[in-house]
Amino acid sequence: MAEDNVILRVDNLVKHFPITRGIIVQKQVGAVHAVDGVSFEVKRGETLGLVGESGCGKSTTGRTILQLYRPTSGSVVFDGVDLIKIKGEELRHMRRKMQMIFQDPYASLNPRMTVGEIVGEPLIVHKIGTQKEIGERVANLLELVGLNPAFSTRYPHEFSGGQRQRIGVARALALQPSFIVCDEPISALDVSIQAQVVNLLEDLQEQFNLTYLFIAHDLSMVKHISRRVAVMYLGVIVELAGRDNLYKEPLHPYTQALLSAVPIPDPVADSKRQRTILKGDVPSPVNPPSGCRFRTRCPIAESICAEKQPEFRELKASHFVACHFAERFV
Amino acid sequence: MSDILLDVQGLETQFKTPDGVVHAVNGVSFGLNEGETLGIVGESGCGKSVTMLSLLKLIPTPPGKITAGSANYFGHDLLTMSNDEIRHVRGAQISMIFQDPMTSLNPVLTIGLQLTEPLMLHLGMDKQQALVRAAELLEMVGIPNAKDRLSDYPHQFSGGMRQRVMIAMSLSCSPQILIADEPTTALDVTIQAQIIELVKRLRDELGMAIIWITHDLGVVAGLARRVIVMYGGYIIEEAPVNELYFNTQHPYTIGLMGSLPRVDESGHPRLVSIDGSPPVLYEKPNHCPFAPRCKYAMERCWKENPTMEMVAPDHRVACWVDIKTGRAR
Repeated sequence: MAEDNVILRVDNLVKHFPITRGIIVQKQVGAVHAVDGVSFEVKRGETLGLVGESGCGKSTTGRTILQLYRPTSGSVVFDGVDLIKIKGEELRHMRRKMQMIFQDPYASLNPRMTVGEIVGEPLIVHKIGTQKEIGERVANLLELVGLNPAFSTRYPHEFSGGQRQRIGVARALALQPSFIVCDEPISALDVSIQAQVVNLLEDLQEQFNLTYLFIAHDLSMVKHISRRVAVMYLGVIVELAGRDNLYKEPLHPYTQALLSAVPIPDPVADSKRQRTILKGDVPSPVNPPSGCRFRTRCPIAESICAEKQPEFRELKASHFVACHFAERFV
Repeated sequence: MSDILLDVQGLETQFKTPDGVVHAVNGVSFGLNEGETLGIVGESGCGKSVTMLSLLKLIPTPPGKITAGSANYFGHDLLTMSNDEIRHVRGAQISMIFQDPMTSLNPVLTIGLQLTEPLMLHLGMDKQQALVRAAELLEMVGIPNAKDRLSDYPHQFSGGMRQRVMIAMSLSCSPQILIADEPTTALDVTIQAQIIELVKRLRDELGMAIIWITHDLGVVAGLARRVIVMYGGYIIEEAPVNELYFNTQHPYTIGLMGSLPRVDESGHPRLVSIDGSPPVLYEKPNHCPFAPRCKYAMERCWKENPTMEMVAPDHRVACWVDIKTGRAR
């Protein structure tokens, strides 16, 4: 793949949130290791899925890429610019090209603003167009996401969840970005509405050659929408591969367990499946296990797993995995 | 077919709100057999939870009101029982687990205190006996160091562990019926698998009947024997699990199945979405509640609300259209 095809390169990204104690004199007593050395690339026009359970750091990764959180260390190169090294006006300028769609369509729209103001705000912030032009652009955007342009004078509470998420999509598209982080955009929606929003995202991608980082915990939806998928566990990526390879031949024991835990809407296929039921819960990210982070729940863990963090290596073509024993599953 | 345990007929529940009367449940009838697992599937606002809460008289009155129907349980109508009578049924014979284990446990009481309460109330145990039994129950649901953890508070447990505590509590008096209202929706997928496995094991050991409410057709496929699909306060399809998945009859159920991507599918088919949004329940429709979103809708669907008709053994559907031919049945 040619170098200029890579729109985003994340290298060894780390984000720790400090835990402090004391009221007047605050002293750092620890850190939440939310993201702990994550590296990947996103190619122009593709969808990279990022899956994992709650608390694994997938949303923090998305937000840190957009510099909504400043990373502790590492680099985020977007369109040839290292976002970590820039700030102020320069960063704001870059933000035009990268946008975000949030999980909760109820919390991410200001209830006191009309739909027209919400969708038009990015244009005003970036001083694009006159009042009249903005009005036209908003009408276009609403139509694009399947809403009646006449709705632009209404308030968010007048809309259903699915419609609100469409407003969120329209806002993200306002500045014609090339890259959108979709942070669980469908988790809060009903099943029949989820499909509508996913289809909309796919149509828009085709129309505008958009690149998505699609963050979700629903493995079947991620499989549907992504070209490549990264699986996160406790702040690190444990496996990254093309969609079909990952789902057909998962090489990390965590990915295997995760896939076998997804219910299949088919009683016959479901009863025939081999299941790996993981024991226990995800450990606390304040004090992650030594070596391999998954070893406390891993069915095949041995002593080396506690001593040495497994390297994130390319075991098969474009199939990366971080496990000492992944060869067993090839 | 084993004996019928619970027989619900024509249940209707409404809520008075400042904006008008919400018709949450509009004449729901179903039966539950002994030891059977019944899945109830539907999207938010379809009336699945309100149906169950109505049966146990857990609907806040006012604004809620059960306006019609009966629920026969061992010769008694649950809906006409006095508060005193129903209290002896709730928790003891019919118990319930809820979606969010954090809000359904009392945060300022220890797990031990909350677990022993039903034992002392319904089974008349003294405190010592109840504590011993509580520890056994925690062990049964797979919580390590059960005895020591009785003095812990809910916040000291993770989400999955809290749901285990809820299950222990609901099974403490060996109920005939366990109602599970989206018990795994708030949990991660690996934890969900743990909880489902646990419920399956306990069902085989204890033999209680289960009503499992969910919006996830995947969860129900591996768990239930019979499935009811609800929409807009009505039951629109009811069938044994295999029949429902392989001979789906109602356009809404077909739409739901089509909007689910599968981890075991290959290729990249476009999702079949259902246009429009779920109905607003301020008016009881005099037409099929699904007609505004249905691509098969014909004239009759806008004039009359379809009744449940048998289309195959044990398979009932409320639809005027035979979707195989696209014509009237």
